[in-house]
Amino acid sequence: MSSSRSLHTKTFVLIVLVVLLSSIGNVLLSVGMKRVGAIDAWSVDALARVFLDTFTNPFIWLGIGSLLAFFICYLALLSWADYSFVTPVSAIGYAVVPLLGWALLGESVSDLRWSGIACICGGVLLISRTPPSTTGPS
Amino acid sequence: MLQTVLGIAVIVLAGTGGEIAVSHAMKQVGEVTSFRPAALARTIVRAARIGWMWIGVALMALAFFALLAVLSWSPVSFAVPATALSYAVGAVGARFLLGEQVSGARWLGVTLVCLGVALVWMG
Repeated sequence: MSSSRSLHTKTFVLIVLVVLLSSIGNVLLSVGMKRVGAIDAWSVDALARVFLDTFTNPFIWLGIGSLLAFFICYLALLSWADYSFVTPVSAIGYAVVPLLGWALLGESVSDLRWSGIACICGGVLLISRTPPSTTGPS
Repeated sequence: MLQTVLGIAVIVLAGTGGEIAVSHAMKQVGEVTSFRPAALARTIVRAARIGWMWIGVALMALAFFALLAVLSWSPVSFAVPATALSYAVGAVGARFLLGEQVSGARWLGVTLVCLGVALVWMG
């Protein structure tokens, strides 16, 4: 009983970390890539320059650090919780990322796009309410 | 436009494939019960011996480079919600590649996610 409760707390804390670290990581990568500029040439020379610009940008490395921390938490979570349980719950990030993009980066998000994001969250919620194991007899 | 579609497709397909491979590998490694550095290091060494882990990491790296490319073209409030398409790919893959049963409620959820991505795309 107490061990199942501590597993529950451990799971909750890791889910919060997974959502925050992945969302912040994506926002940092976005800041970095906007500074690098749009990739519009595909020659070896141009790609080498983009590669160099990307991996000398501090925002990219902060983003990678955040995503690395996310990845470690995610692997730990997957070692005891099922993949089909973890993915729907961690998908709250689909709403957190646009919120951060709007609040921190000043991205304009249209009403149509917000409604799409709401649909995505509703769909994800529906998926997460479905029993994770679907291979057994019904 | 076309390059954004291709970029999202690579993120979704390689990302989902990578996560399934990594999840498969971690189940062989066993539950992570200790977060002390020595125990974590042992877990990493054990994980690195599993082939599925390397396949998963390679696919996730590919998805990462595609994400960087898409982020150089589009705002993050578009790019990240668009990658929710991985739910549709996951359900279709589970049904037709793994032969799993996918319930009606789950298909409805997948439909909502697809509709949402379409709205995000138009918005």
